[in-house]
Amino acid sequence: MRLTPKQGEELLLHGDPIELGQQADAARRKLFDDTVTFIVDRNINYTNVCKNECKFCAFFRRKEHKDAYLLTYEEILEKVRETVECGGTQVMIQGGLYPDLGLDYYEKMLRLIKQKFPSIMIHSFTATEIQYFAQQAGLTVLDTLKRLQEAGLDSLPGGGAEILVDEVRKRVSPKKIMTEDWLHVMECAHSIGMESTATMVIGFGETMAQRMEHMEKIRRLQDKTGGFRAFITWTFQPGNTELGGEKTSGWDYMKTLAMTRLYMDNIKHIQGSWVTQGERIGQLTLGFGADDLGSIMLEENVVRAAGTNYEMSINKMADLIRGAGKQPAQRDTEYNVIRRF
Amino acid sequence: MLAAENYKDIEEKILKGERLSREDGIRLFHCPDIAWLGAMADHVRKKKCGDIVYYNVNCHVNLTNVCTSKCKFCAFGRDLEDKGAYSMSKEQALAVVRDAMKDPDLAGLHVVSGLHPTWTFEHYLGIVKALHETFPHLYMKGFTGVEITHFAQISGLSIEEVLIRLRDEGGLQAIAGGGAEILSDRVRGELCPNKATADQWLEVARTAHKLGIKSNASMLYGHIETLEERVDHLLRLRELQDETGGFQTFICFPFLPKNTELGKSVKQTSMWDDLRTMAISRLMLDNFTNIKAYWVMLTVPVAQVALGFGANDIDGTVHKETILHDAGATSPTALSENQIIRIVKEAGRIPASCDCNFNIIKQYE
Repeated sequence: MRLTPKQGEELLLHGDPIELGQQADAARRKLFDDTVTFIVDRNINYTNVCKNECKFCAFFRRKEHKDAYLLTYEEILEKVRETVECGGTQVMIQGGLYPDLGLDYYEKMLRLIKQKFPSIMIHSFTATEIQYFAQQAGLTVLDTLKRLQEAGLDSLPGGGAEILVDEVRKRVSPKKIMTEDWLHVMECAHSIGMESTATMVIGFGETMAQRMEHMEKIRRLQDKTGGFRAFITWTFQPGNTELGGEKTSGWDYMKTLAMTRLYMDNIKHIQGSWVTQGERIGQLTLGFGADDLGSIMLEENVVRAAGTNYEMSINKMADLIRGAGKQPAQRDTEYNVIRRF
Repeated sequence: MLAAENYKDIEEKILKGERLSREDGIRLFHCPDIAWLGAMADHVRKKKCGDIVYYNVNCHVNLTNVCTSKCKFCAFGRDLEDKGAYSMSKEQALAVVRDAMKDPDLAGLHVVSGLHPTWTFEHYLGIVKALHETFPHLYMKGFTGVEITHFAQISGLSIEEVLIRLRDEGGLQAIAGGGAEILSDRVRGELCPNKATADQWLEVARTAHKLGIKSNASMLYGHIETLEERVDHLLRLRELQDETGGFQTFICFPFLPKNTELGKSVKQTSMWDDLRTMAISRLMLDNFTNIKAYWVMLTVPVAQVALGFGANDIDGTVHKETILHDAGATSPTALSENQIIRIVKEAGRIPASCDCNFNIIKQYE
C-alpha cells in the first residue's frame, strides 16, 4: 500500500524516527543488499553571477561585483581534463543566471567538452537555468533541451526544486522559477530520454504538509515519466544568507530522509547528503534508507594537489561506507557500479 | 519490530526484559542493522525511564592540567614546566565559578583535575572546601575514581577516609564517572599504567556506594580495545551495580585522537560506532537507569540523534569545557540552557534540569 501525503505528514509529525528508519532500511536492503554507491565527479560553477538573488544563497554575486566571474572555455576544459585524469566520470556544470549569454554559448561549451573528452558524462544545468536559457533564446523548454542534448548534455541534476510549493518559494526565492516550471522542465527532459535526479531542501520553515506536497508532486510525475533516477534531500544552510535562522537538526534530517525512501516507492535511489549534514550524519543515513552518498566532490585544491589527496578522499568515502557495515562501490551517472573496493 | 536477521532470539530476550549474556553483547557489536539496535535501545529506554531527558546547568572546574599519569589518550595533561600548564589557586577557582554564576540558573559544579605532582590531598580538599563554603547552594560533583585512588595514595588515608572527608568537609555529593577508560588490565597497562587499576577504580565506586555517595560510570572506547573488551567492561560495571545499585548514569566517551600520543596511530570512531556503542550500553546495562549522550565528545547533532539510541541524559551546559577541547573536540565549549531545551524538544522528548543526583529542578513540558 502506498503512503498518502496525509499519512506521511502524520509520520513526520508524530512518528517514531527510529521506527521510520528501520522500515526505510528494510526497503533499501531489498533493493541493494549491502552495496552503497558513490560517484567521482566535479562541480564546475562556470559563473557566480546570478540575477535571482535567492535569500538562502551565499554564492551569487551581481555582475558588477568585484568577486563576480565567468569561466572561459579553456578554464572549463582544463577542469574537465583534471576530472578525467583523477578517474572522475561526470561533471556537474552549474552556474547562476548570467544575463546576455546566448544558447549557443552553452551548446559550444558542451560540444567542446564532448569532443575532447567523449567518455565524460555531462550531468549539468538545473531546471532554473534551463528555463532561463529558453527564455533568453525565445524557444520552448522542450526545444532548448533538445538542442542541449544534441550538443552533448546527458542528464539533468535535480537542484533548484527546493520545496515545490509556491507559497514557500515566494518567501525564499521569489525571482526563481515556480513549482509548475520546475516540474515542466523535468517532464520535457524525461520525454526526450534525458533522465534526471530530484532534490528537496528542508529547513526553510516549511510545514511537514508542504514537504509531503513536494514529495507527492515528484512521485506523481515519476509515475508518468519514470525519468528520476534518484531523490536527494538537503538541508538549508543558514550561514551567510539573508534568510538566516537555525540549521535543521540531525533528527529532522534523518526522519525526512527515511520518509523519502518510504514515500518515493517509484524512485530507486535515495541519496544521503554528507555535504550538508557532515560525514557523521551522512554515514548514519545508510541505516535510514540511503543507498548512495553522492559525490566525493573533487575540489579545486584537492585535484591540483594530484593523486594523493584524491585517493585519500576516495579512501575516506570507502571507509565511511565500510564503517556502516556496507560494501563501497563507485558508480557512474546512471548508477552502474564501475568499481568495487 | 523488524528483528535483524539472526537476532530474533536477542530481540525476544529484550522484549521480555531478560538479561543479555556476554555472547549476546558481542553479537550485538557485529549487528549491521543500526536502526534495529536503536529501536531496541529506545524501547528499553522508554520502558525504564519514559520521555524525560536530564541535563545539568553546571560549570566544569578543572583545577589543574598538570598530571603525573601521562595517559596516551589524553591531550589535557601537562608536565609542571610545560607551556600551557596551569594550577589554579583557591582564588582562581572561585573566580571561575563566580563568572559562571552570571547564569542565575547555575545549579552545580563538576570538579575534575589532573594528578598534580606536588599538591597534597589537603590542598585539593582546601580548594573544594572553599568552593563549597562560598557557594553552598551549588551542588558539588567531582573527582573520579582515579583521583580518589591518588588522594588515598598520597595522603596515606584509606579510600573510605578520603571519601568521608571530601563529603563532610568539601560538600561532595556525587562522584564523576571518568577514569574508568576500559576496565581491563591489558588495556590499562598499555595506555595508562600510572593510575588506578581496574580493580582500584571499581573499589572506589564500591566504597562510595557503601557510604551512600552515588557515582557515575563511563567507558572510553575506540582506541586499542577489542569489542570483547568493551563488552567485558560493561559486564564489570553491571556486576558492581547488581551489588551496590550506586551508579547513577553511564557515559560513553569515544576517544578523540587529536593532539594525543595515541592519535598518531588511531583514527576517530565513526558515527556508526558511536551510536551502536550507545545502544548496546543501554541494552547490556540493564540495571542502570540513565545513559548519557555527552555532547562535548559526540558533537551536538550526534548527541541529539543518540537520544533515540538509548540515551536519556544529555549532560549539561558545562560553561567552559577544556579537557576534550584540547583533544580537538569540535563541539562548542558551552551550550545555553535554551539550546539544550531546543535540542531535546526537537527529539520529541521532555527536557528537565536536575542536580547531580538526578533530582529534577525544572521540567519543560
